[in-house]
Amino acid sequence: MSSVEITGIGMHPFGRFDGVTVTDMGVHAVRTALSDAGNPAFQAAYCGTAYSGVASGHKVLSAIARTGIPIVDVEAGCASGAAALSLGAAAIRSGQYDTVLVFGIEKMPKGIIRSSFFEPWREQAGLAATPSYFALRAQRLMRESGLTKQDLALVCVKNRAHGVHNPYAMFRKAVTVDEVLGSRIVCDPLHLWMLCSPNEGAAAVVLQRSDRPRIALRAAVLCSHLPGSVLGEATPFAGVDDSLITPPSTLAARQAYAEAECGPTDFDLVECQDTDAARELLAWEELEICVKGQQPQRLADGVHQHGGALPINVSGGLLSKGEPLGASALGQVVELVEHLRGNAGLRQVPGARIGLAHTVGRGANASAVIVSRDR
Amino acid sequence: MTDENAARHRSIEPAVFDCVGIALFGGYSPTSLQYHFPLQPLCPYSGADDVEAVTLSTRATAWGWTVVTAPPPGYAGSVPYGFGVVELIREKLRLVTRLQIVDPSELSFGDPMELTADVVDSDDDGTEVLVWSFAKVSS
Repeated sequence: MSSVEITGIGMHPFGRFDGVTVTDMGVHAVRTALSDAGNPAFQAAYCGTAYSGVASGHKVLSAIARTGIPIVDVEAGCASGAAALSLGAAAIRSGQYDTVLVFGIEKMPKGIIRSSFFEPWREQAGLAATPSYFALRAQRLMRESGLTKQDLALVCVKNRAHGVHNPYAMFRKAVTVDEVLGSRIVCDPLHLWMLCSPNEGAAAVVLQRSDRPRIALRAAVLCSHLPGSVLGEATPFAGVDDSLITPPSTLAARQAYAEAECGPTDFDLVECQDTDAARELLAWEELEICVKGQQPQRLADGVHQHGGALPINVSGGLLSKGEPLGASALGQVVELVEHLRGNAGLRQVPGARIGLAHTVGRGANASAVIVSRDR
Repeated sequence: MTDENAARHRSIEPAVFDCVGIALFGGYSPTSLQYHFPLQPLCPYSGADDVEAVTLSTRATAWGWTVVTAPPPGYAGSVPYGFGVVELIREKLRLVTRLQIVDPSELSFGDPMELTADVVDSDDDGTEVLVWSFAKVSS
């Protein structure tokens, strides 16, 4: 089976951009990635997006006169960009194509994400408030893993400190524990600054078949949830005891670790889903980076901050960048590649050779992507 | 609730919640031995097609709770309101529900809870729209 090389990357910053369309942002990211790859011909394009509407990927490629190929829009909630990446990588591995373009775009309204996932009466009942589900999950994690609000605040402090050095991030100011805990409570135990902001942005990568990849896409796995959990991203009305139900992030990670023949101890950096501060700490468990209850000690020891043994979300994470759903997973991949190339500036993880990117969101769908520098 | 009162109220979704008898409608699959909510044609845990319609029990324990402080999209009711998950004692089923609290400190894990109803909206003719909710059982 052929190896998949990432030969080009491109980003439109994540943030709020009045007067800039989602197509404009996509064009920026795609042109940057194609230029970075040396403007190769590509035989197919996959566009991750959740809110951009019909044929939104086509609009981007029409704007740069690169149509006449299959253009597939992919929706998988927060994992949409990773879903597009998974399809593109599979097409190359199977021998169907030599070169594909993968991009993700989004322009979301401010505030709580409104989703057609919920029936109108569920919204009317007040049972579709996404942050309130995050809050229940945070409360459970605190109860079962021995975490405190202070621990949640420390995640924000870590990621916002990282984001200071990321030119693509929406928030580039460091914060303190007191400031995080002083921001207003949205849904206890979550304060406003513990929640990421849905926003706007785009990211793109060029994938090419290679026998000797410099930057190798070792795994791009997407996995949906198993039924039963009431607090997973599938957000059902009811569930059962889920203590023996493997969450989708673990399913995706284990498959990616098997495909890439590596595991959490091999990674030099990790980008993981921090839709809220507790979500990141749960991801540490689900990705088997640590076992339940180890998070407070790891936070205290700085294991996962820049300069620690395994930096997590050195991009600043979604807490700094914000979350344009279709673009966020590919934004993580771009971040990994910047580090593997040694081009991440003040964020650089020295000598980075292999990294993991993780998303999980509505569906539920989770993704695990592993990228390495192979020569 | 009397019939007279019922005429000025309606359930937000009658197939799910009976606002007169104060009851939730779920399902049970004898092959998967699992309850689910709301009632679905097939068991959501196994896909089994032997689902029996059941009226769920009304006693539960507090399992997760928070207070929503800003109105989410599509919601015209008042804030703050309680929101959380209770576990039905008989069925061992965890239900998403509104809660009769305005401060999270009002509840502790495992507190006894009972099914009731909340007004969340009103129609143009003044008919109040009711949804299920759970309240702490006073000791």
